[in-house]
Amino acid sequence: MLLLALDTATPAVTVALHDGTAVVAASSQVDARRHGELLLPAVDRVLAEAGTGLDAVTGVVVGIGPGPYTGLRVGLMTADTFGLALGVPVHGVCTLDGLAYAAEVDEGPFVVATDARRKEVYWARYSDSRTRVTEPSVDRPADIADQVAGLPAVGAGALLYPETFPEARGPEHVSAAALAALAAERLAAGVELPVPRPLYLRRPDAQVPKNYKVVTPK
Amino acid sequence: MADSKDVPLVLGIETSCDETGVGIVAGTTLLADAIASSVDEHARFGGVVPEVASRAHLEAMVPTIERALKEAGVSARDLDGIAVTAGPGLAGALLVGVSAAKAYAYALGKPLYGVNHLASHICVDQLEHGPLPEPTMALLVSGGHSSLLLSSDITSDVRPMGATIDDAAGEAFDKIARVLNLGFPGGPVIDRYAKEGDPRAIAFPRGLTGPRDPAYDFSFSGLKTSVARWIEAKRAAGEEVPVRDVAASFQEAVVDVLTRKAVRACKDEGVDHLMIGGGVAANTRLRALAQERCEAAGIRLRVPRPKLCTDNGAMVAALGAEMVARNRAPSDWELSADSSLPVTDPHVPGHGHSHGHSHSHDHVHEVSKGNLYT
Ligand SMILES: [Zn+2]
Repeated sequence: MLLLALDTATPAVTVALHDGTAVVAASSQVDARRHGELLLPAVDRVLAEAGTGLDAVTGVVVGIGPGPYTGLRVGLMTADTFGLALGVPVHGVCTLDGLAYAAEVDEGPFVVATDARRKEVYWARYSDSRTRVTEPSVDRPADIADQVAGLPAVGAGALLYPETFPEARGPEHVSAAALAALAAERLAAGVELPVPRPLYLRRPDAQVPKNYKVVTPK
Repeated sequence: MADSKDVPLVLGIETSCDETGVGIVAGTTLLADAIASSVDEHARFGGVVPEVASRAHLEAMVPTIERALKEAGVSARDLDGIAVTAGPGLAGALLVGVSAAKAYAYALGKPLYGVNHLASHICVDQLEHGPLPEPTMALLVSGGHSSLLLSSDITSDVRPMGATIDDAAGEAFDKIARVLNLGFPGGPVIDRYAKEGDPRAIAFPRGLTGPRDPAYDFSFSGLKTSVARWIEAKRAAGEEVPVRDVAASFQEAVVDVLTRKAVRACKDEGVDHLMIGGGVAANTRLRALAQERCEAAGIRLRVPRPKLCTDNGAMVAALGAEMVARNRAPSDWELSADSSLPVTDPHVPGHGHSHGHSHSHDHVHEVSKGNLYT
């Protein structure tokens, strides 16, 4: 087994190779504005570091968010297309699950929160590092204060809003290494991973920019 | 150019607006032109919503690539390159196509060519009428752009002669159709009504045709307002609006200016070929008047079939194949989407490669930046 994992749902552009037992090579760069430019070179670097090529990969693992859409799509489109070209399965993993796994919290409950911008966070509750107990959602920190009160919190979203998350800690962003390890563990246990479809959690802004193609109702 | 047995087999991806296009060509021969459109999802918003378009591109991409390969009857392994629209267009929409093209090229071990959307609109004519004459004058008219471009080599030299300073020509058609309650899209329905009307019934203004106006730029905003006012005045007076005559007279004003300026540019530059592309190139009166005026001026007119005039993947593949044939430098894996890629950059060569022309990225645009799209 050789899994290629990637995630672009947080400011990190992160790639890892996992052979079923351990992470073979990994790369993480934090640059929220350059996911599109950084991802492919990172894949190339990680494969070179492991001394292998993409055709040796037996499965692709991708973070499905939630995350800011433009960046999120870079990872999903890349994973989808790798799957098509290589004829290997593409597995989706919730990005928040990857963060929870990396946080290595044995005794729950705790919260994972990432930055959703617009003064909101993407978040979910966990009973331990491998077990999410709520669906991921997007909210203003103040609106969920009651639901997360007294709980430790992991991720950049928690660190950004100390009033709601006084017990915030790292890691800030997801790592593909954690995502790959979690996926490998679940696949080994016979758990079926979801198809890689994005978790947007918000409806698109219905904003039509000026001077673009005009489309009127029929 | 490679010999006929060895023409480049290239797959092209287009996602600059609301069409997910994947085309496959062998040199100047069209093998597949697969399209998925999100146009219906945008209709209730009255225009293309970028986030809606981007979401649709992500969903449609893999199935559309598969459809194109099947249609062409080729294996991805046999491709000589992957081309993709790097810009101009909607940033988020472009990024989906660029991500797919990079991943596909990388996984297949093929060179990647990030190309310019406008140059692709010109190059697509090679699939219809064979190699482009050099130089070629091109009139690109659609719902998103109205430009006059001169190219001596579509892979390295595209020079903007003029562009609209306000609305695109296609936009004007849509808006007038709306004022006349003719529905959407405006182009075909105006064309239809105009056939039964008198193009000389109403003297609508010809924008930017005065002696001191820029020779090759266009303006359709004044015309649009003038037509709308004329219709409203009729309605206010309780008179019936002569829809056919209005459609014919409005359409005549648009195509008169477009063809007059295009022919003049050809004459001024000593170019004996005119290419017309973009969705508005489907307009029958534009084709007829262009033919008439080109013949009178000794200019050969080339207009691709309507499906190749609107946004599609085949046009991207056509330009990609030309890049391969002319040994242009492929793009890097760092290739990014550039929503305002200058029209003067036919492609985005990688760093550290030598290539035929300078491509200082100074973002010198056409006159109207807002109308570079679609
Ligand atoms: Zn276009």
